[in-house]
Amino acid sequence: MPEVTGTTWTVYDANTMTQTEIYGRVLCELAEQEPLLIGMTGDLSKSTKIGIFEEKYPQRFINVGIAEQNLMGVAAGLAKAGMRPVVSTMSIFASMRAGEQLRTDICYQNLDVKIIATHGGVSFGHAGTTHHATEDLSITRALANLTVIVPADGIETANALRAAMKIRGPVYIRLGRGFEPTHYQSEDYGFEIGKAVPISDGTDLTIICCGIAVYHAAEAARVLKESDGLSVRVLNVHTIKPIDEDAILRAVRETRRILTVEEHNVIGGLGTAVADVIAASGKGCAFTKVGLPDCFSEIGYPEDLYAYYKLDANGIIEKVRELMGKEFEPDEDWEDEV
Amino acid sequence: MPLTEQEKSELKARARQLRQDIVDVTVWSGGAHIGGALSSADLMVALYFKYARVRPQEPEWPDRDRIILSKGHSGVGLAAVLALKGYFPRDLLRQFNHFKSPFGMHLDGNKVKGVDASTGSLGHGLPISVGLALGARFQKQTWRVYCLLGDGECNEGAIWESAMSAAHFKLDRVTAIVDRNRLMIDGATEQVMALEPFAEKWRAFGWHVIEIDGHDFDAIGRAIEKAHATAGQPTVIVANTIKGRGVDFMENQVKWHYGSMDSALADKAKQSIARMS
Ligand SMILES: Cc1ncc(C[n+]2csc(CCOP(=O)(O)OP(=O)(O)O)c2C)c(N)n1
Repeated sequence: MPEVTGTTWTVYDANTMTQTEIYGRVLCELAEQEPLLIGMTGDLSKSTKIGIFEEKYPQRFINVGIAEQNLMGVAAGLAKAGMRPVVSTMSIFASMRAGEQLRTDICYQNLDVKIIATHGGVSFGHAGTTHHATEDLSITRALANLTVIVPADGIETANALRAAMKIRGPVYIRLGRGFEPTHYQSEDYGFEIGKAVPISDGTDLTIICCGIAVYHAAEAARVLKESDGLSVRVLNVHTIKPIDEDAILRAVRETRRILTVEEHNVIGGLGTAVADVIAASGKGCAFTKVGLPDCFSEIGYPEDLYAYYKLDANGIIEKVRELMGKEFEPDEDWEDEV
Repeated sequence: MPLTEQEKSELKARARQLRQDIVDVTVWSGGAHIGGALSSADLMVALYFKYARVRPQEPEWPDRDRIILSKGHSGVGLAAVLALKGYFPRDLLRQFNHFKSPFGMHLDGNKVKGVDASTGSLGHGLPISVGLALGARFQKQTWRVYCLLGDGECNEGAIWESAMSAAHFKLDRVTAIVDRNRLMIDGATEQVMALEPFAEKWRAFGWHVIEIDGHDFDAIGRAIEKAHATAGQPTVIVANTIKGRGVDFMENQVKWHYGSMDSALADKAKQSIARMS
């Protein structure tokens, strides 16, 4: 595929469009360059905003109706036939309803299917728990061959989608409902799949986060600097798999306190991925995972739920202060290892 | 027995009230799946106020008939009919969708009295209904299972897997009712993913099929009684309905699958409902 030279997305777009609308547009732009790109959904053209692509390319769009297993199976067939399907449905259905099709038809056969999973986490909190997806990162992270990305906002979604189209193979991009706040001002901050993006530098503690937590962690770090004089590093680990081990170990070594924040069950997602890296390194640090404490979420509008589960700036600040008081084993023996 | 005139006018009055309540909850909640709740309102009223054996004062009564809302996004309609039936005070619905409320768009059976299954992901209700009916049979119980399906929902493979099993196990105590309003989210069912010949599909799967006007209480009543009288085979009632039924500006409008209303629009909606015959 030739280099994409379309528009660039800036905070102006992010302020006038939702995260999901931006991805709809980027998809149109990518389709100009890639004639084999084909869009797909299951009666969620409007809700996921892949409808923006459908409007522009009705001939290159397949709506299979409310049938997610078929959706993923058909995507696998299309990919085997040489097409480049981009499939969009809600995270809960992409990762769980069609979970085995995703695993066996797409990942096992290592097919070139991009999955844009919307309404991730509790971003559709008021819909009730059937529509929350707080396990999808755990599930998708365990699928071999699959790249798993959780963009921070619409601008990062644009970057992620472009980067995903540059590689051959399955990619799962997990978005919110679309109305999340914007962190990035422009696309030019060096997005690369598998590479964490530093948001702020610091030496006292590192917040490792993804998705909406990036915006809130950045805010928390600013406040903590002023109010507590703390130097907090924030790392946007947008790629959950393959995860940026170097950035994580550097943070462990240089700050010795790690707080992970994600819109997901604390089991199996970003926090667990980070813990795996730390455990394997043999290094100790003070460590806390913030997310849903292994429960099905309460019902409510997302802002209320973010506050309740300590995923917003206030909650993160509280958790950082707790973690600053935690003990850890001193370890002076770093130099030769990291 | 056919419905008496008196019964019919009572059911109609209930249905009008239910529709008004659905409008209220849509306002209180900030948005709801109102179109499909209105299309199935008469079916829900017929079940809760005439044909299903349930006890609002004893929601867990073991011998109750089970009502499974497979099209779980009509939670707004189910919550409103449960309140109308007296399971809980109507005022509780003011909390719909709000933080820590028991009520979200898709109802949680562990939190809301009278809800027999937590549905919302489409295609789950009919398999659960099959399991319920098998469980009843094992225990030699005679309660029935009513399962309300969306027509778009019938795109799901799980519906046809469970349809096959209900016929295979000869579950004559399962009555599926399809709210055939011909619309889903992205458009008309026949345009997005054609279902026709719909009744024939069910027949081919071994079901006793009855097609009716889903807003006509006489027809609904006759169909349910025929279902009760059918042995050795599950019955599906294909209820032809109008999405948004009762609110003139919502009828047959795909965009009213899900929507929100301010009080002025809600007033207009209620006036339209009040004009229903
Ligand atoms: C498995 C699954 N896929 C997608 C959705 C999203 N969704 C909610 S309602 C709906 C359309 C339902 O159409 P239909 O069954 O015809 O219901 P009605 O028109 O009666 O509201 C869709 C696709 C869902 N809830 N569950």
